[in-house]
Amino acid sequence: MIHALDEAAERLGLYIGQPLANARAMCPDLRVFDADTVADVKTLSDVADWCDRFTPLVALDAPHGLFLDITGCAHLFGGEAALLRTLVRALARQGFSVSAAIAGTSVCARTLTRQATGTIVADGGEAEAISRFPVSALGAGEAITTGLRRAGLKTIGDVALRSSHEITARFGARFSTLLAHALGQGDAPINPRKPLPDYIVEKRFAEPIATDTMIAMTLSRLAETLIASMEKQGKGARRLEAAFFRTDGVVRTIMVETGRPVTRSAVIDRLFRERLDALADPLDPGFGFDMVRLSASRTEIVVQEQRDLDAHVHDNDELAALLDRIAARIGGKRVVVHLPQDTHIPECAMLAAPAQHHLAAAMQAEWPARAESEPPLRPLRLFDRPEPIKVPFATVPDGPPHQFTWRRALHAVVRVEGPERIAMEWWRQDGKQLTRDYFRIEDAEGLRFWIFRDGLYEGEVFDDEGKPVSPNWYVHGLFA
Amino acid sequence: MSGARGSALAILRGQIERIETAEVVHQRDRVALGHGEADGALKGGLARAAIHEVFCEGRQGAAATGFVTGLAGRVTARKPLLWVRQDFSEIETGALSMSGLAELGLDPRRVVMVRAADVESALRTSADALACDALGAVVLELWGETRQFDLVASRKLTLAAQSSGVTGLLLRMAAQPLPSTAETRWMLRAAHSPPGPVWSVWGAPRFDAELLRNRHGLCGRWIMEWNCDECQFSEPSTYPQPVAAAPAHRPDPAVSWQRRAG
Repeated sequence: MIHALDEAAERLGLYIGQPLANARAMCPDLRVFDADTVADVKTLSDVADWCDRFTPLVALDAPHGLFLDITGCAHLFGGEAALLRTLVRALARQGFSVSAAIAGTSVCARTLTRQATGTIVADGGEAEAISRFPVSALGAGEAITTGLRRAGLKTIGDVALRSSHEITARFGARFSTLLAHALGQGDAPINPRKPLPDYIVEKRFAEPIATDTMIAMTLSRLAETLIASMEKQGKGARRLEAAFFRTDGVVRTIMVETGRPVTRSAVIDRLFRERLDALADPLDPGFGFDMVRLSASRTEIVVQEQRDLDAHVHDNDELAALLDRIAARIGGKRVVVHLPQDTHIPECAMLAAPAQHHLAAAMQAEWPARAESEPPLRPLRLFDRPEPIKVPFATVPDGPPHQFTWRRALHAVVRVEGPERIAMEWWRQDGKQLTRDYFRIEDAEGLRFWIFRDGLYEGEVFDDEGKPVSPNWYVHGLFA
Repeated sequence: MSGARGSALAILRGQIERIETAEVVHQRDRVALGHGEADGALKGGLARAAIHEVFCEGRQGAAATGFVTGLAGRVTARKPLLWVRQDFSEIETGALSMSGLAELGLDPRRVVMVRAADVESALRTSADALACDALGAVVLELWGETRQFDLVASRKLTLAAQSSGVTGLLLRMAAQPLPSTAETRWMLRAAHSPPGPVWSVWGAPRFDAELLRNRHGLCGRWIMEWNCDECQFSEPSTYPQPVAAAPAHRPDPAVSWQRRAG
């Protein structure tokens, strides 16, 4: 089955959906490639990335189309005609065959691309522009197109002449809406790939730039402009994206996030420097970048504080800035604060949360207070997953062991305290969880362990025949 | 001849002194640990704005962690603590538990943890953090011998600490002490709880701390105990006597043990 074909093949009379054997019969020396829909989608999204240079509102029209909302953007490229010309030429240079059109509604523009590429329709001229095209250009699906043709409606103009309730009764409300949109009566909003950033600044270069110093300089200039425009409205950036448009069409986007709104360009500068420094696959300029764009995709209102008098506020700001820098370098998930959890199961008692977002919450958190004049009852180092130990025997059946083997070393137990029994939360977990008896242990060397027996003795653990077996032992933590 | 050599030495010493004058700024800023002899050797306590190294064998990791936590608790003075650790050390000795930290009398709210994937990023992060004066202390936890932590890296950390006044604490588990620019270097082992009656409260953190290097004083080796209630180190205590009166006609076992040990 033919999935797609080029112009030469089309001239030979092959068509999409034709069985491959028939096509081979018509043209024996056909060159055939397997269809790769995943790669097609990827390519379309790359082209959409590239199209970001014209407008931030780019929508995918699968399988092979893109919608660009150029409202208010055209004058930046010398008018609609010039924009269309630039776009088509640049894409053709990259090896794509493009058909493009500009119209007041997206459906109308799509119809035009199928029949009259390069057309620009002024507002209100939609119906006239497409009236002579065959109905198949609407892209309404095989069944409807055939139906229309059988009804004798060959062109869109023919269909438009019928009253809309007739069309709706015969072909459904969906088609009649599509037709209305194509004729410029109402418009369906396009669905942009990315949310519109709050602030965008960009710089284009007649001569592509490639050196690190130029890139850094451009970024810091852009940062100044961005900050200046945000400052007027009292905003600060929480998430920043820098997009680098390479001359050969590749677009690389780099994002940094901050814990609190950024209001100084020097900070943005430094964050991007850290991020660019630490990239696992460095920014490859190739033949140079012809455009750099900096956008603030998340912003917040900044409350101006008087900083100099209050040292505490200053310290918190400094800390937040430091954490932002570290996070930009090694990733936000690697810088964490800990929040107490309302549970008595030791391994669940704390939750690690990204420090950029939860610093304030962590500073206010309420941790359970320790018992006065008691030694530590919880270990300083806790294993995520308790490690199994070998216990030869215990003198008292449900008592602590006399010695145990952990990581191949034998430890003789000198002092013991326990058991502290911790039952599992049966109301939360699925499946049966065993009760644990914890012991604080000191060995002959003075090392202190927190070990537990997983399951009550002869009460919870059974073999296949239902006989009780002795439960396993684990080391869960180490005391200082 | 010898006089000329002597004066040349004096000039060189003077030059080195001048190069290192940066230290003088924070020289006086010391925090007493609470252990009398150790504080004496350290000339009043642990120096802030410097790097201190704590070494231990692999299986003594938890004890060394406890000691470093105690030092950090002494020097931070209500400021945040940044704990940088390598991924591997968490697998070997377990994660730092905040409930465990709270049990030692320290505030888990002030701890920010950085999980560095490797030694390079851990070193870089700590050098960055040491330059930030909003922090009280930076702990860098490394497991095993590392090629990357050489004299240059150590010097970088020291300079950063001196300029900002932040204290750097290095926890080196399963590593051998090597020359560095640290102010002090310790070797840590866990110490026994003192023998006592079965029902007595035992298990307060006790460290066998050996001061291997001290740039401005003597070295030594002491048993230090961490007092969780007062948040400071102290001389090793014996546990309170049993409530029942000791029999008059034979010596109290606890007292006789004390004599033997003393």
